[in-house]
Amino acid sequence: MWLVHRSTGVAIFFFLLIHVLDTALVRVSPEAYNEVIGAYKTPVYGLVEAGLVAAIILHAFNGLRIIAVDNSTWALRHQKKLAWGVWIVFAVLMLGFLPRHLMHVFGGA
Amino acid sequence: MSAPELIDPKPRIRSGRTRRKAERWSWMFMRLSGLVLVLLIFTHLTVNLVLGEGVSQIDFAFVAGKWADWWWQVADFLMLLLAMLHGGNGMRLLINDYAHSKAWRSALMGVLHLSMVVVIVLGSLVIWTFDPCPVDADMSLLPSFCEDVLQ
Repeated sequence: MWLVHRSTGVAIFFFLLIHVLDTALVRVSPEAYNEVIGAYKTPVYGLVEAGLVAAIILHAFNGLRIIAVDNSTWALRHQKKLAWGVWIVFAVLMLGFLPRHLMHVFGGA
Repeated sequence: MSAPELIDPKPRIRSGRTRRKAERWSWMFMRLSGLVLVLLIFTHLTVNLVLGEGVSQIDFAFVAGKWADWWWQVADFLMLLLAMLHGGNGMRLLINDYAHSKAWRSALMGVLHLSMVVVIVLGSLVIWTFDPCPVDADMSLLPSFCEDVLQ
């Protein structure tokens, strides 16, 4: 979990740098922004985005687990179950998100 | 019988956890900003990628429609600031853990601090000086309410 938290954190950080730069194009012109953001809608980026959402869900819920374990002895005693809980929440949210997202990316809707 | 004498642990160099007060702040900040970021980012992902037409709806008009409301400006500014500080602080801990030579460490720290300042300043300027209806732009790319504004 320690390694998961570190690696997802780094991935999210670098995406954030790029994401602020691409969004900054709204200040250049609508055309410039639409052209670059159009790349996010291609299949390759669609899959990268899915990976990014996966990283964010893992980092977020593992972060909540860390806060819980730091603050409650109950959570500390059950920390192994909570780690499983992170993966279960991750699986459920991804199962909800992936079909919808992939439809948008590949279905042209 | 007396309790064993406690010896101070050796000051740790890794993760820079030698400045106790500063590191305590860092520890608190990661947890508090983390909680707020969970709310902000899941809202951001739901509104932008799940509701409506998901990623295919995102264009200039979509962003302009959101930032025309001040509460989206405030939410996105808060998200930018907290995410950069949270992520930057996380990267600082990693640099302290993995960059062993002094030269590497200060080079990476320099790049990290520079990129944090540039991204926070640039992002804030974009959010707060944003114009949803630029005068010389192609009308078809703008949100529909610009027709009333630009008439």
